[in-house]
Amino acid sequence: MTRIVLAQIEPALGDLRRNLALHEAEVAAARASDAQLVVFPELSLTGYFLKDLVAEVALATGEGPLARLAELSRDITIAAGFAERARDGRVYNTLGLFEDGRMVGAHRKVHLVTYGMFDEARDFAPGERFRAIDSKLGRFGVLLCEDMWHLDGMWLHFLAGVDAILASSASPARGAAAGEPIPRSQRVWTTIQDAAAVLTQSHVVYCNRVGCEDGIVFGGGSRVVGPDGLELARLDGLEAGRLSCELDASLVRRVRTITPLRRDEKPQLVLRDLRALEDAEEA
Amino acid sequence: MSDHAHPLDLNTDLVEALLVRFLRAEAGKFGFERVVLGLSGGIDSAVSAALAARAFGPANVLGVMMPYTTSSSASEADARTVAAALGIRLDKVEIGAMADGYLATTPDTDRLRRGNVMARCRMIVLYDRSVVERALVLGTSNKTELLLGYSTQFGDAACALNPLGDLYKHQVVQLARHLGLPRVVIDKPPTADLFEGQTDEGELGFSYAQADAILFALVDERRTLDEVVGLGHARPLVERIVARMAANQYKRQPPLVAKLGERTVTHDFRYLRDWGR
Repeated sequence: MTRIVLAQIEPALGDLRRNLALHEAEVAAARASDAQLVVFPELSLTGYFLKDLVAEVALATGEGPLARLAELSRDITIAAGFAERARDGRVYNTLGLFEDGRMVGAHRKVHLVTYGMFDEARDFAPGERFRAIDSKLGRFGVLLCEDMWHLDGMWLHFLAGVDAILASSASPARGAAAGEPIPRSQRVWTTIQDAAAVLTQSHVVYCNRVGCEDGIVFGGGSRVVGPDGLELARLDGLEAGRLSCELDASLVRRVRTITPLRRDEKPQLVLRDLRALEDAEEA
Repeated sequence: MSDHAHPLDLNTDLVEALLVRFLRAEAGKFGFERVVLGLSGGIDSAVSAALAARAFGPANVLGVMMPYTTSSSASEADARTVAAALGIRLDKVEIGAMADGYLATTPDTDRLRRGNVMARCRMIVLYDRSVVERALVLGTSNKTELLLGYSTQFGDAACALNPLGDLYKHQVVQLARHLGLPRVVIDKPPTADLFEGQTDEGELGFSYAQADAILFALVDERRTLDEVVGLGHARPLVERIVARMAANQYKRQPPLVAKLGERTVTHDFRYLRDWGR
């Protein structure tokens, strides 16, 4: 059993100091509840609609707040979001996994959302791979918000045999038609989380933020789904909160024994078909 | 028609929660716990006031009635009914002397100019009150009005926060019922009350129901003009509404700044208003 906490926080826009303090408080609370992993939303250290602030809040590996998160991770694993400035100057929307006093892995968001109210591809460079991160708590596949809306990331994490998908997001609440008990956007999210859990036979840990940026209200709805597709825990409402849950490695094993999806998966077939598709396009 | 039959119907509990969250968060970030708004006796300002009363507590909401000499006394009575029902504070500022002081200097004003002067006088009153109250000015323009440009720039359209700006008129009415507002403001025909006998629908030349349906199809569902006509709307009306939307885009934008340098305010100096909050 892995005890986790989802920190559904309300980051301040572009205020690293305040947000770091928020992380410190959440980590302390998680530690006090004997949690082994605390998960934060996308861009939890910076706020979301950064635009030109991206250049001002981007952090290089080991810089200030990241060093502090590493320090805090000596006895608890921390997954937190930030704007990552790479050596070559590119800035990524990144979720880092901090453990035992260092950053043990990071995922750079691949599918930057650039439509409607979103403009991420203007402000960030896209990540170029989905790689599972090995932690002392298990193997994690990180997907950042829009990454969950594409099949590729979850499929690759499934092939890698992750124990849990850490899905952090900064998703605004949209759609409140009659008959929708929760915002339409959140309803679609739960469908995706359930499907991802069932299809990858892993836990899906969805941590969304709350709060408001220039009139856009983030939807919260942080949630954990088991590898059997059943909901384990969720937060309702639009307020900040903490969600505690236990991830059961035995359940993952049993689900995969009962329905051996990974055994029957045919990645080589996909590879051949993709190559054929590419050849056809080039011809 | 039942409540669930209309395609624009909302989950009003959810909308209330989102709008209350919006009001608290966006005022709170700037250190405000109070709002002031013009209370006309109409449905839009009543809904804005009701949401504010829930977000900040009735004692922290000041509704200001600002009648001109020709304003209907029924409007004032309705504004009083709304304020009493919500328990918010109420004030009255006659704008007759203020508006006439200027209008006397320009004898040949038409109805449109006079209406705009009144709307801008009210804006001056609200922004001045907001200083004394240490409050933000709350907006009352709904999505239908904003899209049609049926408002006075720097007049009734001026505000710091607008909880109604993404609600079509139909949805404002639905929310008004949900919030338990007095029937008298829900049932009466919408009017800007700038001259006697004025109604919004009379002045616009089409009904809010028509405008809502056409705008929703165009803006929210992204249907083409031909597709909207295909839904059963008259082509000339759809074309008129599209033209109105485009013609009034300027009202929904900050003033144009001539670009000279590398980073220019409103063009590529890209920060949210909530910068650092």
